[in-house]
Amino acid sequence: MNKVVANADEAIRDVFDGATIMIGGFGLCGMPENLIRALVRKGTKSLRTISNNVGVDGVGNGLLLAAGQIVHHIGTYVGENRLLEEMVLKGTIKLDLIPQGTFSERIRAGGAGIPAFYTPTGVGTIVAEGKETREFDGRLYVMERGLTADFAFVKAWKGDRAGNLIYRKTARNFNPMMATAAKVTIAEVEHLVDVGELDGDAIHTPSIHVKRIFQGELYERRIERRTVRKASA
Amino acid sequence: MDKAAKDVDKRERIVKRIARELRDGFYVNLGIGMPTLIANHVPAGVEVTLQSENGMLGIGPYPIEGTEDPDLINAGKETVSEMPGTSYFSSADSFAMIRGGHIDLSVLGAMEVDETGSIANWMIPGKMVKGMGGAMDLVAGARRVVVAMEHTTREGAPKILKKCTLPLTGVRVVDTIATEMAYIRVTKDGLVLEEIAPGLTPDDVQKATEARLIVSPGLKVMEN
Repeated sequence: MNKVVANADEAIRDVFDGATIMIGGFGLCGMPENLIRALVRKGTKSLRTISNNVGVDGVGNGLLLAAGQIVHHIGTYVGENRLLEEMVLKGTIKLDLIPQGTFSERIRAGGAGIPAFYTPTGVGTIVAEGKETREFDGRLYVMERGLTADFAFVKAWKGDRAGNLIYRKTARNFNPMMATAAKVTIAEVEHLVDVGELDGDAIHTPSIHVKRIFQGELYERRIERRTVRKASA
Repeated sequence: MDKAAKDVDKRERIVKRIARELRDGFYVNLGIGMPTLIANHVPAGVEVTLQSENGMLGIGPYPIEGTEDPDLINAGKETVSEMPGTSYFSSADSFAMIRGGHIDLSVLGAMEVDETGSIANWMIPGKMVKGMGGAMDLVAGARRVVVAMEHTTREGAPKILKKCTLPLTGVRVVDTIATEMAYIRVTKDGLVLEEIAPGLTPDDVQKATEARLIVSPGLKVMEN
């Protein structure tokens, strides 16, 4: 068994036109930037992307958007992307916005073999329109479906050659659920280590979920909003 | 006083009023924008832990220049620092925490709130929809939901209505509304005016409010 591939281009060799791809990251934080750049190079078309945001103009998923590779996006917040706004208004992209907790739970459920679940989120709002509702213990809940994908692109801080992953701080976000919910999960890591080097108690994503792994060529690790304070004297 | 300075004053009153609701040991989620400022006014002797829905308990102040970390951001995508005892978790765990009723207090902004406690804060039909992010989950799941907002729109139209007109974020979810004019509790009988800004009468507040206000017998003046 060898899960290690040389680079992002090799990792995405079989991504096809029309594929559904989950892409980790909260904004630019914890996004699989090498896989996204490789997907732009490959030029795969008619993609359905499942990602919290669409990056920002010209960065992250924003690159895929600018290259016209996305036909349908499912996410929770797209406030940072003017190009997307134009595309939505022109009708050149389909956009589904769903509550972030529902989004993350749908992916978790998809990876856990749960086809649907009930949540209180969105009851009585437009996100519940047309969906089954049910009362439990006097409160109304709406049924939401699990989400799965053909591919998941995730980014971790460290990974071993077997595919075990450890994320760092808030760069974890949607990556662990997405890793469980696709037919083929591809992980890019900042540090690829030998099997046995990671503490088994510290693993966030167990190797079973990861089909391919590689150490990313380049990490820009762009900051979206740099907010700082002065060191006090 | 110019308009910008007045806006700062208004926000200061709202933020300080909500900060007084914080109790020792609370786990709190502060929304993007004005609610974030509440962290600067935590009362002495009160320890609260700030949750960020992108997967963190224990948000600290903005990092000292030069120590900012691309892997450490809040839900507004701003760089932050961590407090001692911080923990990190996935978005699914984070929203399980929120939906499961483990967050003591959630503070959010709003475009409209109505007398039943329904809130609209994510979408204006005809304008570009940016997305609801975690707002719908927060209002559905937090134990207490406090709205922090200016009492009227920039044009002076009421934002506290009989019935929301914009697409809703949540139905009957708001517990309290804090504005620069008043502190209002949502009850099953309607909106109860509990506190009022210095120099105003209940009638002044009612004039700026579409929903009917029930004046509390114990009406107090808001501290500045």
